[in-house]
Amino acid sequence: MNKIDKIKKIVIEKPLKLDCGKTIQNFPLAYETYGKLNEKKDNAILVFHALTGDQFASGKNPITNKEGWWSYALGPDKAIDTNKFFVICANVIGGCMGSYGPSHLDNSTGKPFGTNFPVITINDMVNAQYNLLEYFNIKKLFSVIGGSMGGMQVLQFISNFPDKSHTVIPIACTASHSAQNIALNELGRQSIMADHNWMEGFYAENKKNPDKGLAVARMAAHITYLSKKGLQEKFGRKLQERDDLKFGFDADFQIESYLRYQGSVFVDRFDANSYLYITRAMDYFDLTKQFNGNLSKAFEKTSSKFFIISFTSDWLYPTPENREIVIALNAIGKNVGFVEINSDKGHDSFLLDIPDFLNAVKNYLETSYKKIK
Amino acid sequence: MKKEFFTIAKLLKENSRVLDVGCGDGELMKYITENITENVRGLEISKANIQKCIAKGLTVIEGDAEKDLKQFPSSSYDFVILSQTLQAFLDPEKVMNELLRVGKKAIVSIPNFGHWKVRLNLLFKGTMPITKNLPNEWYNTPNLHMCTIKDFVNYCDKKKIKINCPNLNYVNFFSELGIFIIEK
Repeated sequence: MNKIDKIKKIVIEKPLKLDCGKTIQNFPLAYETYGKLNEKKDNAILVFHALTGDQFASGKNPITNKEGWWSYALGPDKAIDTNKFFVICANVIGGCMGSYGPSHLDNSTGKPFGTNFPVITINDMVNAQYNLLEYFNIKKLFSVIGGSMGGMQVLQFISNFPDKSHTVIPIACTASHSAQNIALNELGRQSIMADHNWMEGFYAENKKNPDKGLAVARMAAHITYLSKKGLQEKFGRKLQERDDLKFGFDADFQIESYLRYQGSVFVDRFDANSYLYITRAMDYFDLTKQFNGNLSKAFEKTSSKFFIISFTSDWLYPTPENREIVIALNAIGKNVGFVEINSDKGHDSFLLDIPDFLNAVKNYLETSYKKIK
Repeated sequence: MKKEFFTIAKLLKENSRVLDVGCGDGELMKYITENITENVRGLEISKANIQKCIAKGLTVIEGDAEKDLKQFPSSSYDFVILSQTLQAFLDPEKVMNELLRVGKKAIVSIPNFGHWKVRLNLLFKGTMPITKNLPNEWYNTPNLHMCTIKDFVNYCDKKKIKINCPNLNYVNFFSELGIFIIEK
């Protein structure tokens, strides 16, 4: 049996009308759960993953054999304590870890969709994942949490389903993707599409893979997840296994070698077309525009408690963009807390062992959970 | 809890909406939540204090009263509290205006520079006074705009802000701290 067949999935039979106009149905949504749903079914948390994440947020990812992407934050006794909470995390549609995506077989041709897959949005992702509440028979989640693109899904979720979660925790994200972030995503996409092995998106049926393009996309993106200070402290101008410069274009510096490594391991676990589709979904995300320029309107119908978190050195989703969400909520008198965590680890901070961040999440969840009891 | 906080809490009404500006570690907010109204929010500049507030289950926004009060809609709170920080702002008048805009009423406390100990200190020692409420030296005090209770009352009168302070001269001499409930 193929490893990918062991992934837990639900098949969504109901038609889902996508923002692009197409309707999909009978499509798979892959998920994983952590902890136990209690009898009252009031301890469920839906975690949304970021661009290159998947449903394996904690423990060992059975496909890659690596630690889950949120292992620092999620697990027994951790910030999101799976001794207390039941956590569901799904692979977004458009993804490549078992959910309906461009590498999925198109029944009409018998070949992978490739770029025939419909363009999806954050809204589509969230609407697909909403089916998990019905599947687990959960009337109201205790919390929706996510960082980066996961945070965008959190915002879209509570806007679409205002009475479906007690607490809402968007981390290091934005309500409207900035020009800089669209530009950076476009850089990644162009790199993939410039690889002649991409073949207009139909590489799989031609037994090729645009490894080089995807690796460069990952390298460029990886830089944006770090900070100048973090890079300088970790790598500086240190040389890679050599005493002096070699006067060539090999990886002389440790930072070059590190990025090349990040690129090379990424292509083993991620699909190039998924990268195109998911970055596009992020670029299209503009919750403010969905509500005719008034972000507050997105949250008017909810009485959920919000807790927004940003990081000092995050230049990809900087504090002012997170604060805009706070301001929109304050403008309509919603219950909103906000903290900016000190960290020089850049945007990646939300994935790392940053005690102030993890403590804030843990304390917030646990004090809030006592109140709904 | 500080005696001042009990006095402030007594001025609040049940089930009212309260914003504590510069809420510190959330001690007053916690007391208000448990005893008067659950509808309490805080604005705090120190990250360490915010962590303490979160641990207490309080809703706090990181921010600077001088910059971030503007995001709150007018009259969105029944009471806005500002405890002993007015004198530390670069522009206290701007903050006063914001407090009175956001809150239907504002509760403001100030360390009184007119207290007799302060006056004696300056008169006999000829140095800047150091007291319980004013513990710092002139070179490291956060207080930029010290005033007396009388100054504060005069200011409110001049700006047509409603304030009630009977026996002003007596109070200005014998009180180390002034706690006022004011409104536009």
